Amino acid sequence: MKALLRRALGLTPEGPHVLFRRHALVVRLSHWLNALCLLVLFMSGLQIFNAHPALYWGISSDFAHPILSMTAEDTDAGLKGTTQIGPWHFDTTGWLGASDVEGYPTARGFPDWITLPGPQWLAMGRQWHFAFAWLFVINGIAFWTWAIRRGHAGKDLLPTRQDIARLPHEIGEHLRLRFPKGEAARRYNSLQKLAYFFVIFILGPLVVLTGLTMSPTMDSAFPALLWIFGGRQSARTIHFICAFSFFGFFIVHIVMVVLSGTWNNLRSMITGKYAIEVREHD
Amino acid sequence: MTDRRKFLARAGAGVAALALGGCTDLSQKKWVTGILSEVEILTRRAQRLFAGSHALAPEYTKADIAPVFRANGTLDPDTPSYNAHAANGFRDWRITVGGAVRRPLSLSMAELRAMPSRTQITRHDCVEGWSCIGQWTGTPLALVLAAAHPTENARYVVFTCADNMAQPGYPAQYYYESLDLVEATHPQTILAYSLNGQALPIRYGAPVRLRAERQLGYKMAKYIQRIELVPGFGAIAGGKGGYWEDQGYTWYAGI
Repeated sequence: MKALLRRALGLTPEGPHVLFRRHALVVRLSHWLNALCLLVLFMSGLQIFNAHPALYWGISSDFAHPILSMTAEDTDAGLKGTTQIGPWHFDTTGWLGASDVEGYPTARGFPDWITLPGPQWLAMGRQWHFAFAWLFVINGIAFWTWAIRRGHAGKDLLPTRQDIARLPHEIGEHLRLRFPKGEAARRYNSLQKLAYFFVIFILGPLVVLTGLTMSPTMDSAFPALLWIFGGRQSARTIHFICAFSFFGFFIVHIVMVVLSGTWNNLRSMITGKYAIEVREHD
Repeated sequence: MTDRRKFLARAGAGVAALALGGCTDLSQKKWVTGILSEVEILTRRAQRLFAGSHALAPEYTKADIAPVFRANGTLDPDTPSYNAHAANGFRDWRITVGGAVRRPLSLSMAELRAMPSRTQITRHDCVEGWSCIGQWTGTPLALVLAAAHPTENARYVVFTCADNMAQPGYPAQYYYESLDLVEATHPQTILAYSLNGQALPIRYGAPVRLRAERQLGYKMAKYIQRIELVPGFGAIAGGKGGYWEDQGYTWYAGI
């Protein structure tokens, strides 16, 4: 138990260890800038979604058949929130469809504690969203350029054939909360590579392109966007799925940071220094 | 080390405060909204760079037309004067074109219909996020503007509408919108008088509304009565170039 806690805290080992520079300055800067962007983009994105809390598939909105919707209806027991996904309906009162705003039950998609701004304010939500979208894209392109030119993308992030072969073993180890130690901790393991590669090189561009597909002017400039994503409403739905994929990644990321040594991980993303144990006889 | 930890703890608390609703307060700070609205200019310049002045909005087929087009904004101006026009089939409705022009115009619906027309099946994108496809027929705005001979200082086209947005008992505040000359003279920008082959119904902006297909729905003024060319819109109503713009929405609505 004490060992588990010690490992989770990630304090510098008492035994022989070395501190090595795990993250370059560019990685650290772009990581934190990206974290801020994703926080603002996610929360302002939910504010924008709340203006019409329904998703459709195709070129336009088939209002009678959304693939997801959040609605509110007055009942004897008060305002009832319902979330519909395909043929399924869930009572999500208090969370989705209907939630309290300053103590009053209110019809709204996502609750006010997770939207930016909190109250319904589409115009301001859009301004936050587009400002941080620029920052997100500039930061992303800068990181891409650096990572590809410096070999970080190919050497450290691109999963190799061995990484794929080791995947079942790694999943087993992760489920037992056993993480690479010593020399093996100098590089990303297969699951890390897959997760980071997917988020940086697939989810990132996908969320930006589906976002741009929702812009009528961008659709005039690049009609191919509509063809790629199957229409503006499909693009909006994919954009939403991307946003929640980022959210899912964030949750798993935080859990892993905590379980595999909070302080050691946090320090390595701030100062760059990561401690690994060394064993003379092994 | 302890100093650094203190700093990190404070930085962490700062980020948490930002996440926990601090942003709503930030949304009311002048310097924040100032920076955020600068981005609108960046977005407009970038989009213009890619789309130029002539890239066309995608057009669709008859099979894509929505069975019921969703109406939004004002659904019926319902003023005595508008109701009289509607009862008369808009025979006496006139659209005036004035401001920075050499030849002010006053067009009846019959005169507008007699001009060359364009029919387009396009997608209407609401700022809320939904889309609806319809077929519009109307007079290209470029032709109307050309007929009025704009002067050199004309930079924006302001549309004033018949729908009063003010609450009952307050001074009248008619819906208005504005486009710059690039968007106003775009080939798909039309003064539409027909939806899906029928005379434009009241809920969609009868007798004539704007279609600016590379912009969001709120730019497309309905119930148009006056078109004015101006060097700037700062002195009109709230000064932001449109009814929704005066409520905080961005003037550039290409995204």
